[in-house]
Amino acid sequence: MQAGKLSTYLSKGAIWGFIVMELIFFSVAGEFLSISDKAFMDIDNMLLLLKQSAPIGIIAIGMTIIMINGNIDLSVGAIFALSGIILLDSMTWPIFAGLGDWVIPVSWLLALLMGITLGFINGLIVWKTGVDAFIVTLGSMLGYRGLVFMYNGENPTSNLNWTLVDFAELEILGLHTATWFLLVVTAIIWFVMTRTVHGRNAYAIGDNREAAVNAGIRVGPHMLINFMIIGFLAALSAVVFYSESGSVNPNDGQLYELWVITAVVLGGTKLAGGAGSIISTFGGVIAIQLLRKGLGHIGADTSTVNLVIGIILIAVLILDRQLNAKGKEELKI
Amino acid sequence: MTDKIPALRLEGIVKTFPGVRALDGVSFDVMPGEVHALMGENGAGKSTLMKVLGGIYQPDEGQIIVNEAPAVMASPLEAKANGILFIHQELSLAQELSVAENVYLGELPLKRFGRVDWHTLYAKTDAILARLNVRFNAKTVVGSLSIANQQMVEIARALTVDAKAVIFDEPTASLTDAEKVVLFDVIDDLKSQGVVIIYISHRMEEIFKITDRISVLRDGQYTGTAITAETNEDQITQMMIGRKLDLSRNAVHHELGDVALEVRGLTCGNLFQDISFQVRRGEVVGFYGLVGAGRTEIAETLFGLRDPSAGTILLNGKETRIASPIDAISHGISLVPEDRKGQGLVLDMSCRDNMTLPQVDSLKSGLFVAQGEENAIFDKYKDRLDIRTPSWKQTVGNLSGGNQQKIVIGKWLSMHPDVLIVDEPTRGIDVGSKSEIHNLIRELAAQGYAVIVISSEMPEVLHVADRIIAMYSGRIMRTFTSDEVTEDNLIQAISGIANDKVA
Repeated sequence: MQAGKLSTYLSKGAIWGFIVMELIFFSVAGEFLSISDKAFMDIDNMLLLLKQSAPIGIIAIGMTIIMINGNIDLSVGAIFALSGIILLDSMTWPIFAGLGDWVIPVSWLLALLMGITLGFINGLIVWKTGVDAFIVTLGSMLGYRGLVFMYNGENPTSNLNWTLVDFAELEILGLHTATWFLLVVTAIIWFVMTRTVHGRNAYAIGDNREAAVNAGIRVGPHMLINFMIIGFLAALSAVVFYSESGSVNPNDGQLYELWVITAVVLGGTKLAGGAGSIISTFGGVIAIQLLRKGLGHIGADTSTVNLVIGIILIAVLILDRQLNAKGKEELKI
Repeated sequence: MTDKIPALRLEGIVKTFPGVRALDGVSFDVMPGEVHALMGENGAGKSTLMKVLGGIYQPDEGQIIVNEAPAVMASPLEAKANGILFIHQELSLAQELSVAENVYLGELPLKRFGRVDWHTLYAKTDAILARLNVRFNAKTVVGSLSIANQQMVEIARALTVDAKAVIFDEPTASLTDAEKVVLFDVIDDLKSQGVVIIYISHRMEEIFKITDRISVLRDGQYTGTAITAETNEDQITQMMIGRKLDLSRNAVHHELGDVALEVRGLTCGNLFQDISFQVRRGEVVGFYGLVGAGRTEIAETLFGLRDPSAGTILLNGKETRIASPIDAISHGISLVPEDRKGQGLVLDMSCRDNMTLPQVDSLKSGLFVAQGEENAIFDKYKDRLDIRTPSWKQTVGNLSGGNQQKIVIGKWLSMHPDVLIVDEPTRGIDVGSKSEIHNLIRELAAQGYAVIVISSEMPEVLHVADRIIAMYSGRIMRTFTSDEVTEDNLIQAISGIANDKVA
C-alpha cells in the first residue's frame, strides 16, 4: 500500500519534478552553450516565459475540462483565429465609429461571443447526434478555418489600437497582462472543477458515462457547457494575444490544438476521460514553454525543439504508465 | 488415493506484496483425473495462487511439482509448455475473427512466405471442437456466439496443447443453468482423459456437484482439504470464514404496507410482453429466470432506460410516465444495476462522491458543493450499512465487491426512494458479504421499502424474497408465495415446462 501511495504521489507530482529538472538543466547547460551572457533563470526571462505561455495555456485549461469530460476539441486553433479576426476587424466597423476607445470592450465582447457560439455549435452537435467529439471537431476545425480564409482571403487582418497595446503590455505587480489572464483562468476553472457540481459531474461523465446516466445526471448539457467554456477560452486567448500583436494571419492558431493537447497530456490528464487536474495542466504548459525557451537559449533551432518535445512527450507518458501500472499491480491482490 | 502419484503438487508457496502476505505457505496436491475445487473468500489468495501456477507471478518461496519433477513457471508461455492452462473468468477473444483464428491466435499454422495454412487451421480446430461437442464450427465468427459458446472457444484454446491441468476461474459466472450442464459435461470429459481440473468458484452447488476434493484458503493460508463426498456446505463455509454462516431464512414477518409499485400489461417489443405485478411496501419480490428471460430489461424499463411499447406503471396508485432515469429517481425508483462497475459506480471517484452522485445538484451552498453535508450523508450510510473503508477519500475501485455494492445501495437509500430494484445483488461477491447483503435487503423491506430483487441464483431468491415471479422468454410464467415454492416447481416454471400445463 505504501508503495502504491508513493507512486500515485510521484505520478501526480511528476510534472513539477520535470519542471525543476528542466530549470536545472538549462541553467547549467546555458553556462556553457548559451551565446547570451544572461542567466537562464533571470527573473525577466521567467516573467516573459509566463507571458508567452498564456495563449496556449488559456486554451489548455479549457481542453483539460473537455478531456476530463471524455471529449476532445480539435477546432480550438480555428476558433482562436476567427475570434482574433472579429476582435481586430470589428474595431474598424463604421457602426462603432463614434465610440472612440469604448469600441475596445465592445470588440472584446464580440470576439468572446464568437468563441462561445462556435463552441456551442460543436457541443450541440456532439450532444444531439452522439457523433464522437473527435470527428465533430475535426470537421469544425476545417470548417471554421474555411471561414477564416473566406473573411479576408490569404491576407492578414490588421488593426493596431495603441490603447489596447498599452493595456496588453501593462505590468501589474510585476506580471504582464497576459500572465494575469492565464492565472485567473486557471484559478477559476480549478474552482469550477473541484468545487462545483458541474465539475464533479464532468469527472463522473468522463469516467463512467453509463453510471452517470444511471445517477440521473444530464450528460448532454454538461458537455455543451464544456464546449462553450473552451470556445470562450480560445476566444479569450485570441483577445489576449491579438490585443498586443494587432494582426491576424489566416494561418494563425494552426497546430494549436496539438500543442494544447500535448500540454494537457503532459499534465497527466487521461485521454479517455475521468481523470485530470487543472493545476497539472498549468504545469504541463509551463514545462513545454520552458523546453522551447530553454532549447532556444542553448542555441537549438525550431526543428530540434520540436523533435525534443516529441521525444519527451512519449518518454514522460511511458514513465507515467510505469508508475501507474506499478501502483495498480500492488493494490490488486 | 494415497498410493497414487499426484499430478500436481504445491509445496509451501509464499508470495508477498508490499505490506501484504498474499500467500503464506500454501501446500496441496491434485491427483490425475481429479476435479479439485479451490475455495475461499475474495482476497483469500485464490487468484494469486493460480497466477503463481500460471506463471504470471513468481513465488517468493516454495515450489511447484509436476509429475514428481520440480517445475519453474517463469511465464504464462512456460506454464502452457508444462501443460498448465488457465481459463480466465473474463473472456479475451477477438470478436471479429473466426473461432479457428482465436483458438490458434499467435500460433497460426503457416505455409511458405508467412501465409496462413487455412486448411490445416480449420481441420485442427474442428478436431478440437469435436471433443467439446459444440454446435458451431471453426469458421464461425466469435462475435456471433453466445457467451457460453465463447467460453467453449476459450476451452478449445486450452486444448491445443497436451493439457495436464486446466484451471477454471469462476467459469459459470455468466452462464445459464442449461449452459452450465454443457460445461460440466466438458469438464467430465477432460477428467476422463486424465486431465487435472482446478475449479475456482463461489457457488457451493456446483462445487458439490462436480468436484472430488475441495481445498480452502483463508487470508492467504491453506486451511485444509476435504473430500467432497464426505463434507457439507456448512463445514466448507466454516473453513472459509472461520465461523458458521447463517443462511436460514429471516423468519421475522412484518406487516405489508400499501402497494408502492404496480405494473399493468407492460410490454417492450420482443424483450418482454404483458408483464403485470404489484410490489407492496415492506415486501421483497424476487424475479427469477434464465439469462435473457427479460428480467433486467423490465428493471431498465422501470428505471426509464427503455421505452415500453405498451402498458402502464402506477406508483403509489398514480399512473406515471418514466422517460429517463431522471424521471425514475424523482418518482422514487432506484436501480442497483447488474454490472456494478460498468453501470453503477464511477470507479476512479471517492466513496463519498459516488454516494452523493445523484443528489450533488441539490447539495449546493451558493455556487459550490456543500462538502459538509456530503460528509454527513456519507458517514450516516457508512455506519448504517457497515461499509468498511479507511476514509471517504478512498477510491471506490479499490474496495471489495461487497463494499462497492453497499456504496451503490447507500447512494440510493440516501435519496429516500419508495421502490428499490436490485439486479443480481451479489454477483462476484464473496460468501461472507453475500449474506450481509441478503440481510440488508430483508432489513430494508422491514423498514418499509418496496424491494425488487432480480437474481439468477435460486438459493438467493428463495432466501430473500417474499414472493417469486418466475419468468421465461419475456413472460411471467407463475408467481409463487414463499409457502408454495419448491426448487422443482421453480425450475419447471423458468424453463418453460410449466408453460404447457398452464396453456
